[in-house]
Amino acid sequence: MEYETVIGLETHCQLKTQSKMFCACANEFGADPNTNVCPVCLGMPGVLPVPNERALQLTALTGYLLNCEVPKFAKFDRKNYFYPDVCKDYQITQFDFPSTTTGHVDFEFEGGIERVRITRAHLEEDVGKNNHFDQHSGVDFNRAGVPLLEIVSEPDIRSADMAYEYLNALKDILIYGGVSDCDMEKGMVRCDVNISVRPKGATELGTKVEIKNMNTFSGVRRAINYEVPRQIETLESGGSLVQETRRWDDDAGITETMRSKEHAHDYRYFPEPDLMPLRPSEEWLAEVRTHIVELPLARKQRFVADYGIPEQDAEVFVGNVLLGDFFEKAVDGSKNAKAVANWVINNLQAQLTETETSVDDLKFGPEAIRELVEIIDGGTISSKGGQEVFSELFKNGGSPRAIVDAKGLTQVSDTGELEKWCQDAIEANPGPADDVRNGKENAINFLKGQVMKASRGKANPQLVGETLAKLLKD
Amino acid sequence: MSDSEFDIKYVANLARIALNPEEEERLGSQLGDILGYVKKLEELDVSDVEPMAHAVPLDNVLRADEVQPSISNDEALANAPKVANGLFVVPKIVE
Amino acid sequence: MMLHELTLNELTARLAAGEVSSREAMQACLDRIDAVDGSINAFMSIDRDDALGQADAADERLTKGTTHAEQPLLGVPISLKDIFCVKDQPANCSSKILGNFRSPYDGTVVQKLREAGAVIFGRVNMDEFAMGSSTENSAFGPTGNPWDAERVPGGSSGGCAAAVSAQECFGSIGTDTGGSIRQPAALCGCVGIKPTYGRVSRYGVVAFASSLDQVGPMGKTVRDTATLLGAIAGHDPRDSTSVPADVPDYAAGLEGDIKGVKLGLPKEYLGEGIDPEVRAAFEAAVKQYQSLGAEIEEVSLPHAEYGVATYYILATAEASANLARFDGIRYCDRVEGDDPFALYCNTRGAGFGEEVKRRIILGTYVLSSGYYDAYYIRAQKVRTLIKRDFDRALEKVDALITPTVPYTAFKAGEKTGDPLQMYLSDIYTISCNLAGTCGISVPCGFTNDPKLPVGLQLLGKPFGEQELLKIAHAYEQSTPWHNERAAL
Ligand SMILES: [Mg+2]
Ligand SMILES: [Zn+2]
Repeated sequence: MEYETVIGLETHCQLKTQSKMFCACANEFGADPNTNVCPVCLGMPGVLPVPNERALQLTALTGYLLNCEVPKFAKFDRKNYFYPDVCKDYQITQFDFPSTTTGHVDFEFEGGIERVRITRAHLEEDVGKNNHFDQHSGVDFNRAGVPLLEIVSEPDIRSADMAYEYLNALKDILIYGGVSDCDMEKGMVRCDVNISVRPKGATELGTKVEIKNMNTFSGVRRAINYEVPRQIETLESGGSLVQETRRWDDDAGITETMRSKEHAHDYRYFPEPDLMPLRPSEEWLAEVRTHIVELPLARKQRFVADYGIPEQDAEVFVGNVLLGDFFEKAVDGSKNAKAVANWVINNLQAQLTETETSVDDLKFGPEAIRELVEIIDGGTISSKGGQEVFSELFKNGGSPRAIVDAKGLTQVSDTGELEKWCQDAIEANPGPADDVRNGKENAINFLKGQVMKASRGKANPQLVGETLAKLLKD
Repeated sequence: MSDSEFDIKYVANLARIALNPEEEERLGSQLGDILGYVKKLEELDVSDVEPMAHAVPLDNVLRADEVQPSISNDEALANAPKVANGLFVVPKIVE
Repeated sequence: MMLHELTLNELTARLAAGEVSSREAMQACLDRIDAVDGSINAFMSIDRDDALGQADAADERLTKGTTHAEQPLLGVPISLKDIFCVKDQPANCSSKILGNFRSPYDGTVVQKLREAGAVIFGRVNMDEFAMGSSTENSAFGPTGNPWDAERVPGGSSGGCAAAVSAQECFGSIGTDTGGSIRQPAALCGCVGIKPTYGRVSRYGVVAFASSLDQVGPMGKTVRDTATLLGAIAGHDPRDSTSVPADVPDYAAGLEGDIKGVKLGLPKEYLGEGIDPEVRAAFEAAVKQYQSLGAEIEEVSLPHAEYGVATYYILATAEASANLARFDGIRYCDRVEGDDPFALYCNTRGAGFGEEVKRRIILGTYVLSSGYYDAYYIRAQKVRTLIKRDFDRALEKVDALITPTVPYTAFKAGEKTGDPLQMYLSDIYTISCNLAGTCGISVPCGFTNDPKLPVGLQLLGKPFGEQELLKIAHAYEQSTPWHNERAAL
C-alpha cells in the first residue's frame, strides 16, 4: 500500500528583546547559571508579571510577516504543569485567544513554491534549563521568562525535506523581520514535530506521534526520515500505532518512547488572573506595520523580475539585505543591471569581507558603481582600469570620473596614437610578428601585451587587437 | 456537574499533594459536600452571559523593554533546599 | 492614658509635638505584646532589634524636622499579616511549608509604608495562605479574640484584627479575598477596609486568588484606616492589575455631614440565619444613620445567594495555580523523593495544612478537563451577574449597608469540622470581592452576654473609598462603640 505522510510543526523561537517577557532581567545567552534572575522569573512568593511591550510588538509583526490575522482581542492564560524548570509550576502562554491566527508561509521547494498554513503564533514564556548529572539534575533559570513565540503550523507538510525547507524559510523570515536571531547554537529555536501516516487518499488522519524538543533542523529531517518508515513498517506488519510522545536520540539516530513516568496530562488552562487582556489599538498596530519588511522569497522574485539578474545573484541580495539595498540604489537608472550586480557582488562584497567593514562604512555612494559601469560600457576606461578605479574608490571615495581624470586612466581609442604604439611593438619584436604572419595567431597576444604596457594600460584593448591584425596583414 | 465522578486520588495527584488514607476519605467526602453546594449555580440560566475574569476593566497593561539589574546567584539560591554549582538541585529528571 | 492606648492619629500628633518618641511608642507595643499576647497569640515573630532600629531612625528624622505632612506614618509602629514580603524577613503565610524562607525583596506596600515613615514590625497570624475565616488554620497555632480568648478573631486576617483590638500595634495591614479584613474587624471590634480591586498593589503579597485579593488596613478608628490607606494606595507599575487612578487625601476628606446620603439596604441580606442580637445592633445602626440625615432605601442583589458558590470555584481555581510554586525546588521545606514527582507530592503533602489541601484539590478539580466549563466558566458568568447587581444597586444609592457577619465571634473549634458552614460565614462580605468594589466594617455595638463586638458593613462604588470612609466616619463619631476596648 502507498502511504502519505502528514506533518505539523510547533516551532518555538526566542524573541529579540532586551529584557525578559514578564520581568526586567536581561534576555541574554551565556551568563553564569542563575545570575540573570530576579524574584519574578524565579517564581518567588508574591511576585507579579508585567508584559514586555516589545515582545508583543514583535509578535504582531511576526503575525503580519506570516500573513496572519492580528485579532483585536487576545489574552494570556496559565498552563498548569509541575516541572522543575517551570518556576511557578505553570507557564504563562496564550490558549484560546492568541495574539495572531491563521496565516501561511510560502517557500521554494523542489523547483516550485509550497505553502504551509500557520494555525497561530502565540506568545509565551520560556522555561529554565535542566542540567543532568549522574544522580541529580540542576536547574538554571536564566532562560526562564525569555519571550518565546510558538508558531504552530497546520499539518500541511508531506516530507522530511519539506519540513526542513519550511523551517529554513521560517527562520529566514524571522531573522529578516528582526524578530529573532534564531541562533540554533544558542537554543533560540526549538521544535516539536507531529507525524502521522495514512493510506494515500485517506481523509482521516492516522495516529499522531509527537517528537518533542528538537533543536536542529537537520535533526528534524533525520527524525522524520526515521519515524515515517517506522510507522509504515509497524502498520504493514499488522501492528498498530499508539498516540505518544517520542524522543529523538541524535547519536543513535532513532526515536524512542519517552521513558519518564507519564503522569496524567491535564494542563488546566485558565485565564491568567494577574494579567489584563490585550486589545491592540489601530495606532499601535499601524506603528507595528511600519516595521514590516519584504520577505526573502518575494525579494528574490522581485530582483530577478525587475533587474533581470541571475537567481544566484538575487539570492546573494536576499542573504545580505544591506548589500541588496545598495544594489537597488546603484542600479536605479543604469542600463546594465547585470554589470552593476557583478561589481557589487564580486568586488564590493569581497572588499567588505576582506576589510571586515559594512556597507554603512563606505566612503562612496551607490551611484558611484552605476557611474563606473557607465564609463566602462562607454569605453572611457577598460575593465582593468575599472579595477583600479574601484580600489581607489573603496580606499578614498570620490567619483569614478574624477579618479579616471586624476590618474589619467582614460582609455586611448585614437587610431593615430594606437597605430604608432602597434607599429613600435611590431618593430621591436620581429620574431613574434613573423609568427603571427606565419599563421601562429596566438602570438598576437604577446604583441598586444607590449602595446598595453607601452600605453600604461590606457589603450583600448579591443582596438589594439584590431590594429595589430591589420598592420600584420598589410 | 457530576460530583459522583470526583476522584480524590486522581485530583490530588494532579495537584501533587500526597494524602494519607484518612485524609483521602475525609477530604473526599467534604469536597463532595462542597461540590453538592456549588451545584446551586446550575439553577441560573447563564447562556447569554459573558464570563468575567476581572471586575475592574483594564487592558494593554505593558512595560517598556528595559533591563534592570538582576539579583545575585547567592540571593537567588538563598532559600533553596539543595544547591550545587549555582544550580537548584533536584532528583534526576528522566526525559 | 498608656501609650499603647492611643489611636494612630493621636500618636502622630504627639510624635509631631515631640511629646513622645517613636522608640517609646515601639517599646510600648513590645511591652504590651509581652503582657497580653501570651493569650492572644497574634504575633508569630518579631524582630525587636530591627523594630527599635527603625524607630530610632524615625526619631532622627523627626528631630531633623521631617513632618507628618511629608511622611504621614513617621514613627508609627505597624504590624503586617504574615503574607507580605519584607526583604530578609520571613513570610510564612502561617504555613509549615515555607520553613525558614526569607523574602529576597520588599513588596510595594512595604515600600510605601517605609516611604511614609512607618516602623514595620512583627508578623501577625492568619489562616494558612489566607484560607479560612477564623485564624484556626495556622500552622503556628490559633489566635484568640481579645474580647474572649476562647473565641476566634475571625479570619483570615485574624492576627491583624486581634493585634489592633488588643492594642499591640497602632495599625495593621491585612488582605481580603472574600471578607478576610472586614470579617475579623467585625469580630474583634475594630475598623477594616477592603479597597477597590486595583487600588492597592498586590506586588509582594503572596497570592491566594489573584482576581479577588486586595490589601487593606485595619485600625482602631475610621480615621486611622484612612491615614493608612492613603499611605499604601496608588498605582504600581509592577502590578498589571493596579489601576492608574489618583489617590485622594482620605484623612482630610472625612469631615462633613452626610445629610441626603442614600444608603441601600439589600433585602436579601436580612433573611434567616442572622443572629438576633446582630440584627438588633444592625437595625439600630440603620436608625442612627437616619438620624444623621441619611436616606435608607431597600435595594435588591438577586444573585447574592450565589456568591459563596461562585467564590469557592473561582478562588480555589486561582489558588490551585498560585500555590503550585510551593514545590520544594527554589524554596520551601523539601521532603525528598526519588524523582521530582515524588518530591512534589511529599513536600506539599507534608507542608500544607488540611484547609489548603482541600482548596487546592477543589480548585484543581474545577479546572480539570471535562469540568472547566461546568464549574469555572459558569462561575465566571455568575460573577458577571453579581457584578451587575452591584452596579445597578450602586447607581441608585451612595453605598450599601449590611451587617458584616451574620453572627459574632464563635468558639474555637466550633466550625472546624464543617468547612461549608465556615465558608458561609463570609456570606455578606464575599460578593464585594466578586464585584471588585470597596467595603468597610466598623463597630456597631455589642452583644450582651458574652459581650462581643458586632460589625456594620458599608459597600461603596468602585474607587469610592473617600465617600465610604466619610459615611463610616460620620456614624462612628456619633456612636460610642469605637471607644470601647477589650479588657485584657
Ligand atoms: Mg507552548
Ligand atoms: Zn527576572
